[in-house]
Amino acid sequence: MTVPEELRYTPEHEWVAFDGLTASVGITDYAQNALGDVVYVSVPGPGTRVTAGEPCGEVESTKSVSDIYSPVDGEVAEVNGEIEDDPALVNSDPYGAGWLMKVRLDNDGSEPEGLLTADEYSQLTAEADAGAE
Amino acid sequence: MTVPDATGPAARPRPTPLRAVHERLGAVMTGFAGWLMPLRYRSETAEHQAVRTAAGLFDLSHMGEITVTGPGAAGALNYALTGQPSRLQPGRARYTMICAEDGGILDDLIVYRLAGEEFLVVANAANTGVVAAALAERAAGSGARVTDRTADYALIAIQGPRAARILAGLTTASLDDLRYYASARAAVAGRDVLLARTGYTGEDGFELFTSPGDAEHVWTELSGAGRGDGLVPAGLAARDTLRLEAGMPLYGNELSRDVTPFEAGLGRVVKLGKPGGFVGQAALASRAETGPVKVLTGLAMDTRRVPRHGYPVLWDGSRCGTVTSGAPSPTLRMPIAMAYLEPETAKLAAGDAETRLAVDIRGRAEPARLVDLPFYHRAS
Repeated sequence: MTVPEELRYTPEHEWVAFDGLTASVGITDYAQNALGDVVYVSVPGPGTRVTAGEPCGEVESTKSVSDIYSPVDGEVAEVNGEIEDDPALVNSDPYGAGWLMKVRLDNDGSEPEGLLTADEYSQLTAEADAGAE
Repeated sequence: MTVPDATGPAARPRPTPLRAVHERLGAVMTGFAGWLMPLRYRSETAEHQAVRTAAGLFDLSHMGEITVTGPGAAGALNYALTGQPSRLQPGRARYTMICAEDGGILDDLIVYRLAGEEFLVVANAANTGVVAAALAERAAGSGARVTDRTADYALIAIQGPRAARILAGLTTASLDDLRYYASARAAVAGRDVLLARTGYTGEDGFELFTSPGDAEHVWTELSGAGRGDGLVPAGLAARDTLRLEAGMPLYGNELSRDVTPFEAGLGRVVKLGKPGGFVGQAALASRAETGPVKVLTGLAMDTRRVPRHGYPVLWDGSRCGTVTSGAPSPTLRMPIAMAYLEPETAKLAAGDAETRLAVDIRGRAEPARLVDLPFYHRAS
């Protein structure tokens, strides 16, 4: 399982990459592996307000459907149109071509509190796996 | 987002004799009916497609094997089940059910007649204990002996259009002579197995009952023999979408204590006219007379959102039924579902040109179309 060092994470398995006043959001490698084949992703259209910790979309896989929680406060600036046609990108490249949306941040671009570092997120998933054994 | 718990809630599920194989293959494992089972190895969609176009290899060792033997065996099974196993020829098998006195389904089963006085009853993992107990109780005084032999068997299935030719290279058995729902003792990869032409995928295929100690050898040999033919290991996730496309019911979803075989559209497994009576006969005769209280139907969706187990089905916005199983269909490339509908609504919906039928998918009504079951029929 990959957990890129430079990203930040939510306990609900979203990743976020900050770039100035914009943040890119997706789901983690751990999440896509747990879900199985992703068949459909619904994210809010450009202009929609999203709130940190609130559900803003859903991921459908063969076996289940899961809410996507926004890691940040802001307004959706762009959604990844590629995954409309090819949702499997979320499985094959969760941190790259499988990104979900870009959010224009409400604040000055500083990281909101409560997000996890790569180390913290790795520890969380390791504990989840150990608990499931 | 919230992700499913990979191994499920059951504490320390029981591994199958093929656990080491699954670990080597890097399977995602899941707790299922108390067993630790492979959910998928790579992509469950690719596994599904492989079974439709080539072949897949399944570990089904969680299934329950119960033997019923002795002079009273045929009669005891006639009394215990909805079918008439006494009419089976040795070497033949039948899909059947075991019902409660009120007609509610305790489990769906395959009964193999191995010899005149020897039957093998294959039950769902979650129900094996219930079935074994019910059979023992119903066989009391018949002279038949009921034994839960689940621990004595591993079960491997090879399913798909290329299953026969892959298997043919490893066995001296004549597969051409082994018809659908037939079984025979055979040597496969040099090991004695009970070889049956049965399955749960909608494809041609075989199920191999082996001793636990032979399972890994048989799996490995089959796997090697099928490599050039596109055989892949396939997990429970693919098995579920395969059986759903094939319109095959799953206990706990379509089948339960709350329905009789008639609701599930499987009244044909109830042999009301067989001699001697059977458990549930009065209730089932009455249900045959009055008709089912709900009807199992197929739904196809035009949206990409997926109906799931338990979602409400709506007719003109009002609740008219419940989804029992739903998934994105890899073959049809759209979400499909089975659902119980009120009989009146099912009739109306069958003739409905507009879209008055919908599934409430997490608070939003998504249009649905009634379609005939099964969703998928193999060619030939």
